[in-house]
Amino acid sequence: MSPAINFSAFVETSANGDRRLDLAVEGITCAACIGDIENGLAPVAGLASARVNYTHRRLALVWRDDAFEPLEVVRRLAAIGYKAHPFRPSRQEEVEAAETRDLLRRLAVAGFAAMNVMLLSVSVWSGNAGDITDETRDLFHWLSALIALPSAAYAGRPFFVKAARALRNRSMTMDVPISLGVTLALALSLYETIHSAHHAYFDSAVMLLFFLLLGRVLDQAMRRRTRTVADNLMAMRGETAVLLRPDGAHEVPVRAVRPGDEVLVRPGERIAVDGVVLTGLSELDASLVTGETAREPVAPGMQVYAGTLNVSGALTVRATAPADSSLIAEVNRLVADAAQARSRYLRLADRAARIYAPVVHVAAFATLAGWLFMGAGLHDSLVIAIAVLIITCPCALALAVPATQVVAAGSLFRAGVLLQSPEAVERLAACDTVVFDKTGTLTLPEPRIVDRGRHDPDILATAARLALSSRHPLAVALSGEARGALPFAGAEERTGEGVVAVIEGVEARLGSPAFCGADAEAARILAADPEATAIAFRHGGRSAVFTLRQTLRPDAREAVAALRAAGFRLAILSGDREAPVAAAALALGIADSRFGCKPADKIAALDAMKAEGRKVLMVGDGLNDAPALAAAHASLSPVTAAHVAQASADALFMGERLAPVVAAALIARRALTIMRQNLAIAVIYNAVAVPLAVMGHVTPLIAAAAMSGSSVIVTLNALRARADRSASLPRSAYEGGRATTPGVEARAGA
Amino acid sequence: MKVLLYLVPIALCLGLMGLGAFLWSLRSGQYDDLDGAAVRILDDSDVEPIDDARAKG
Repeated sequence: MSPAINFSAFVETSANGDRRLDLAVEGITCAACIGDIENGLAPVAGLASARVNYTHRRLALVWRDDAFEPLEVVRRLAAIGYKAHPFRPSRQEEVEAAETRDLLRRLAVAGFAAMNVMLLSVSVWSGNAGDITDETRDLFHWLSALIALPSAAYAGRPFFVKAARALRNRSMTMDVPISLGVTLALALSLYETIHSAHHAYFDSAVMLLFFLLLGRVLDQAMRRRTRTVADNLMAMRGETAVLLRPDGAHEVPVRAVRPGDEVLVRPGERIAVDGVVLTGLSELDASLVTGETAREPVAPGMQVYAGTLNVSGALTVRATAPADSSLIAEVNRLVADAAQARSRYLRLADRAARIYAPVVHVAAFATLAGWLFMGAGLHDSLVIAIAVLIITCPCALALAVPATQVVAAGSLFRAGVLLQSPEAVERLAACDTVVFDKTGTLTLPEPRIVDRGRHDPDILATAARLALSSRHPLAVALSGEARGALPFAGAEERTGEGVVAVIEGVEARLGSPAFCGADAEAARILAADPEATAIAFRHGGRSAVFTLRQTLRPDAREAVAALRAAGFRLAILSGDREAPVAAAALALGIADSRFGCKPADKIAALDAMKAEGRKVLMVGDGLNDAPALAAAHASLSPVTAAHVAQASADALFMGERLAPVVAAALIARRALTIMRQNLAIAVIYNAVAVPLAVMGHVTPLIAAAAMSGSSVIVTLNALRARADRSASLPRSAYEGGRATTPGVEARAGA
Repeated sequence: MKVLLYLVPIALCLGLMGLGAFLWSLRSGQYDDLDGAAVRILDDSDVEPIDDARAKG
């Protein structure tokens, strides 16, 4: 019944005829898994190579044979206990990988130049104090020039290019003073070398580039690691659609679906594309789209949105262009408006550069004018003025913010938070108010059984084992209680009714109360709790009705209390109805809660808070939250969130706990304090060094020592942004991400 | 100071060799999986046949 997954959209063919497929693999937890997988795949015929990337939790398959079927590998992996999902690196990830390699090459060249020029410079410094001949010193200076000039031209290119772009846009970034300082230092040194003078600053220039490139490489590496995990999680959501073509049904990646295609949506699956229902009757759970937890019936001719969960019956849907639907169009328009407003945010480092650059350049110019006025020659005055620029060259300043950012991003990563934008730490740190969405954010994305204690554990375990054979969302939720048991052999799912299996010779049923003859009890439960849903179980004479409902995340109370203790004001903005919102607000003790919010209402509420001077951290997961996520000062989404919401959020958090939200807020605050400290250290350094330079006392030796000294101090201080280890949260990112999506797992495995 | 005539070129050559080696290792993908490289060295399945007791740990 289940059509074969069509991997062709993921396979890359290289020039020499090799086919390559990347799989994101779940369950790689230890080093032995590498051998397990690679040796386990050795007997697969036709496979040229299978190599695990342990850092990225991925498997690269290469084969040449046309007849080879990669699905065979996925089956084989499932047999030895690993779940693999085909995936293609996102465009962003490819660009970042290329950038990392490029930066590493430039770093290597800068490192080579810095070491060799330093070797020559130290000889000159000690020679200047001793008995070096003029010829030897000139030779050493020329050799330094020969190494430093081409190396700096190559290694400094990223800074020069960005500085030129900033100047063209009439803006100021840290790259401008960096480029100016390096260029002037090299030009002055070359001039001095030509005139066989005593001092040259080649070492300072290349060392500066080396330090700055090191900072950028670390930053890039951290960002890439985060991106890989995010891409893996995306692949593990296993977002495929069943395409109905005249030649049969094919399972294809969602991206391959075009408007006009017909898609089959089985019960328990999320609708992958926006479209119109052609055939079938079902109920939809739109909580990921609107925040509304009540089910809606759906019939042919009705519009459906991507991300809604198909609950009971199979549907055929004709895909329409995403912008066709009014809700999506409105959300996209609001997101675009909000994103534009946010792009005006000026990063801390750039704000510092705006003050710093004019001050330094004016100081250098004043030095030149001052020495000329005092009667010094033009050459000497110029040398001193350029020395001022070199010594203030913002080594410490340019590292002050990025170094802290890298360390904070690492801490956040360990706490289960994936940063999506580089300046997110600064914006997170400024927030004083946290606004939560309810459905899927304060509550778990899937319903949970709430009356576990009322049932015989034996019956619950049997029902949960039976639930493993169903794709219905309620059964999937119940199957979480199976605790690793295997499904019953011969279990059969009956669409719209439930699952049947013969256990110990007696028929067992799990499904709708009517299917199990438990209508009366179910009606009683629903009368007592209108938000709940019921699933019934009957095995011979024994029967049970389990109550399932949206439940708060397990640590929601603690997380909310921790945020309140840290001084945050809290609010709930939900698209759901009054009763469930009020219940959640009451349970968490959040006084400010609003229900029935449309996307525009959420933005209006955020604007009102902004007008009061509050900076809002928005936490939400639904499509309807996306505009608010983009409009808020900073935003967080769970990894289970809708695509548009994820794309609008500054950071994603993993796992089913809310603790990462608290960690994100606190780590970011700490990081911002350290960034400010670092900027202060850089300013103090300049306050000491600049007067020396202005008075003409700075030699190349002093410049080199001062610059590396201040860089090291700033970097060491940045290391303090590492959060306390004991406070760090879910250690394994993958376990956390997996735990929240049992439904997806069950589907991907089917 | 004649010693400089061959010591300086030797120093530069050594530096360039190091740079070349790094660029080669970068190009050949040796930095693509740093964690994996660290644990693969402990894998001895290429020395003896796979032993079931070791398989999952």
